[in-house]
Amino acid sequence: MNGVHDMGGMHGMGAIKEDKDEPVFHATWEGRAYGVTRAMGGWRLWNLDASRFQRELIAPVDYFEMSYYERWITGLVELMLKNKLVTRTEVETGRPDEGAAVRTPTFTADKVPGFISKGVPARRDVPAAASFRVGQRVRARNINPIGHTRLPRYARGKVGTVDRDHGVFVFPDTNALFLGEKPQHVYSVRFDARELWGEQASRRDTVYIDMWDDYLAPA
Amino acid sequence: MNTTRRDLLTAALTATGAAVTTDLAHGQAHDHDHDHQAVPSDPALRVKALESLLVAKGLVDRAAVDALIDTYEHKIGPRNGARVVARAWSDPDYKRRLLTDADAALAELGYGGLQGEHMVVVENTAEVHNLVVCTLCSCYPWPVLGLPPVWYKSAPYRSRAVIDPRGVLREFGLEIDENAEVRVWDSTAELRYLVLPERPAGTDGWNEERLATLVTRDAMIGVAKIATPASGDHA
Repeated sequence: MNGVHDMGGMHGMGAIKEDKDEPVFHATWEGRAYGVTRAMGGWRLWNLDASRFQRELIAPVDYFEMSYYERWITGLVELMLKNKLVTRTEVETGRPDEGAAVRTPTFTADKVPGFISKGVPARRDVPAAASFRVGQRVRARNINPIGHTRLPRYARGKVGTVDRDHGVFVFPDTNALFLGEKPQHVYSVRFDARELWGEQASRRDTVYIDMWDDYLAPA
Repeated sequence: MNTTRRDLLTAALTATGAAVTTDLAHGQAHDHDHDHQAVPSDPALRVKALESLLVAKGLVDRAAVDALIDTYEHKIGPRNGARVVARAWSDPDYKRRLLTDADAALAELGYGGLQGEHMVVVENTAEVHNLVVCTLCSCYPWPVLGLPPVWYKSAPYRSRAVIDPRGVLREFGLEIDENAEVRVWDSTAELRYLVLPERPAGTDGWNEERLATLVTRDAMIGVAKIATPASGDHA
């Protein structure tokens, strides 16, 4: 979707604010928000792409007003409501509804080290034809899906060169909507900065963008 | 398909329980023409209520949350990446493996996994300066750098790193020669990028452990270079 999360190339966002002594979490609640979101992912009722899409659906004004982990929690609540893990009343009161089922968590502390060291690989060991080869000129398709996509607006319609083929990966556009993984090749595509931004960019500079097969057409 | 503002507001507000009534963000007045209300200012309360609910429903194991937090507060951070860089500076064969098959080379040092399942390492040289960003969200190589700093996740960095990388670098105090290429990596897929900075002069004969002390997180994102250590600096 053409949301405010897709902000590459936007102006007016202000100065970058560095904090030289930044803690990992700025407050206890940030760590809890992080941990609770991760732990709920352990139920495997949604996926990484769906989680990202849910955060992209936050209304623009709210998106900018919320801090990072507030967006996480907002997205998490929506995903839990959709999956009927909680009710609105429960979220309101902070207490289970009368007679609500009590489960036993499957993602327990002993599973954490293994989960972190293994991760959630998105590469798939399945055959998929590569439509493009390294060195080929390609044009990023001009698509504007209302759903989830990882093709940033600033690259659409632009011409670049395939720099490398990363192999076969889950396709976020379908996976986010639970329409299947549609595994396909992902390429690193090199764009001249001037192709993306015109004369104001340095003729030396480049931007490398990872793109799925479905995002590209021959140029 | 869209989450309406009212839905969000409900979700956000309702999660606070009793705090709903008065506690609007920063106490700021808002333009009511836009039917907009601020999110509550007390996420701490909201998150606490939510965690209690999920624990009570048997959906979350509190100890698992503790363990996740502990991992990123104490175990995984930029020291991991620094060790990788120091090894690459010291061992040309390792560097070659790191640049051609990063996952295998990182696994040699025990690094990999969550948000670093598929890694790419890019090398800074006199001719090329690499800079990593995620314009769409906040993708970052967790196993080697830990969780990202706020500025990396923020709109100013995400918006400008691709359109004005030299300006961004200048903001970090770094001027890149106009004859060099600034190469920006936008982490739009599940590849995660780590910059291999240039080894500074004046470090001949340093062992890996000592070299690692020079390597900064910012240099591994690409917003800094690594300074030549002051003479007499025996780290």
